[in-house]
Amino acid sequence: MTALHAVKSEEIWELRLYTAGRTPKSVAAFENLKRICEEHLPGRYTVEVVDLVSNPRLARDDQIVAVPTLVRKLPEPIRKVVGDLSDTERALVGLQLRPRASVQK
Amino acid sequence: MKRDNGAVKSFPGAQRTLPKSATGIHGLDQITGGGLPKGRPTLICGGAGCGKTLFGLEFLVHGATDFGEPGAFITFEETGDELAQNVRSLGFDLDQLVKDNKIAIDYVRVERNEIDETGDYDLEGLFLRIGLAIDSVGAKRVVLDTIESLFAGFENLAVLRAELRRLFRWLKDRGVTAVITGERGGNTLTRQGLEEYVSDCVILLDHRVSDQVSTRRLRVVKYRGTTHGTSEYPFLIDEGGISVLPITALGLDHEVSDERIPSGIPRLDTMLGGKGYYKGSSILVSGTAGTGKTSIACSLAYETARRGGRCLYLAFEESPAQLTRNMRSIGMDFGPYLEKGLIRMHASRPNYFGLEAHLVQIHKMVVDFDPEVVIIDPISNFASSANPRDTSAMLLRVVDFLKGRQITALLTHLTNGANVLEATDVGISSIIDTWLLVRDIELGGERNRGLYVLKSRGMHHSNQIREFLITSAGIQLQDVYVGPEGVLTGSMRAAQEDREKTAEVARQQAAERREREINRQRTALEAQIAALRAEFDALDSEAQLLCRQDETQQRAVLAARDAAAARRGADKPNGSKPKRGETAL
Repeated sequence: MTALHAVKSEEIWELRLYTAGRTPKSVAAFENLKRICEEHLPGRYTVEVVDLVSNPRLARDDQIVAVPTLVRKLPEPIRKVVGDLSDTERALVGLQLRPRASVQK
Repeated sequence: MKRDNGAVKSFPGAQRTLPKSATGIHGLDQITGGGLPKGRPTLICGGAGCGKTLFGLEFLVHGATDFGEPGAFITFEETGDELAQNVRSLGFDLDQLVKDNKIAIDYVRVERNEIDETGDYDLEGLFLRIGLAIDSVGAKRVVLDTIESLFAGFENLAVLRAELRRLFRWLKDRGVTAVITGERGGNTLTRQGLEEYVSDCVILLDHRVSDQVSTRRLRVVKYRGTTHGTSEYPFLIDEGGISVLPITALGLDHEVSDERIPSGIPRLDTMLGGKGYYKGSSILVSGTAGTGKTSIACSLAYETARRGGRCLYLAFEESPAQLTRNMRSIGMDFGPYLEKGLIRMHASRPNYFGLEAHLVQIHKMVVDFDPEVVIIDPISNFASSANPRDTSAMLLRVVDFLKGRQITALLTHLTNGANVLEATDVGISSIIDTWLLVRDIELGGERNRGLYVLKSRGMHHSNQIREFLITSAGIQLQDVYVGPEGVLTGSMRAAQEDREKTAEVARQQAAERREREINRQRTALEAQIAALRAEFDALDSEAQLLCRQDETQQRAVLAARDAAAARRGADKPNGSKPKRGETAL
């Protein structure tokens, strides 16, 4: 945790995880997401899991190409993070829970 | 757009080994022997602005409208609206096709700066979207334009490559005919080496500029399981979409005709065995500037229209209006025929666009108008806009194409004064059947035109030079005067003819004079004869008169003697019967 913790305490995070069926990747993504949220946004988040296999129209409407994709719908602006979120550091940066500069390549 | 479906059959490679999916793109189906491999992906690669997207769109639109195969367009670069706008000028109503459920468009936006990668992923989302697009219209054709954009959006190349491989496999499994476009790379066909994944058919589009003239070319790099033309074929993008010109596919096996068509100059027909040009032959009229090449060409056009045939006039020097005006001055009014649509004129500058573009345009106009005669006036200007080899190749293609369709082609060629007259600087003399040469004959301080038939395959033709007069009643050919002083033309010929005429008149007058003299003499003699006869008659009648007088006198003497004897009672001499009273004695 750094001082640059930009999240205001009263904000509710609306997250949506797009998956394509119950694959190991989507399961891993969901678990990683839960872990991150519990750690950084306890009690201030909602996660909606969208299975594109049963709802392919949403892939088009929400411009999803890769799965799993995590979309931060709120707070604005919309952010997209693809992958199973196993790279926690990059996931945090992607969700803007951590500044970009701190990521080591 | 009219399509040349008959030509597909003529391609020898069109065997039924591989099912094909016709693109509907003018000419391409001919090169590929029927179209793209059905149910397989085809890679279309080329640099920026070479027409990849249009290729894909045409493939879909023709599929949906002409072949009853709906299509899905997955675009990574432009939105559906942008696409629709871009092709509206080509007469494709994409919006309507989408509304009619014949085409599905999905714009896949991939923005690198919106996406962070946090581990393992796949592109199942894309698969689902393509699947959705296919299912929504029952697509048989899919275009991915251009899938390489994914490489800009994702950094994990291993995942991308694996997914692309899977994607193409998946497209094949779904049985759709796919067109995948890719940007041309430095040493590879595509920047990301897509050709590794798409191995059934690869078509390369190329757009190059040489001598400030841009030409587009298309080449089928690879087409598994089928023979195909391997050359570079010029193609054109215009208001009718893409047209490819597979002209070199034509061999020398076109039909020939014994039919003749009049040239519009009766005397010229006489020179050409009495009947004019062969139908479907190629005629070259060459000569220096101002020798009347265009007039000869126009005579053919006029005559053809007069007979009710269609003539396409491609003017590369004069505007149609100017040409019409000029021809009216020599007694050929194109107006009514232009109105009736028997003559169509098309004027453009040869260097306005590349040779290929001209070629394609000629191709299209000919297919569209289906003329009996095509006139290209002049061909020499092409030589100035490109190198001679390209020009002659292009003209060869034009002539070949027209011959294949049994169209009579008349080309005019402006010979440079410095050049040999019996040669063209575009090197097409060998493909010409009838070659008329018009040249100026400078003699006696004036310049006249002479015409002769340099060659005319397959017919008896005159070897005489004719003087060629452009009069207000059209073109006339005159015999030149060939005498002891050589060949005379123009006013020298006229003067010579005058001299001959004067001599003739003098001779005639002398003859008349002689005749008159003889007549006069005859009349005089006849008069003399009459006089003599009169004299003779006079003498004759005098002689008769004298004779009669003599007789009368004699009779009178005898009568007097008898009377005296009777008085004397003398015997009748010679025992004559005694008279009455003598017996009584």
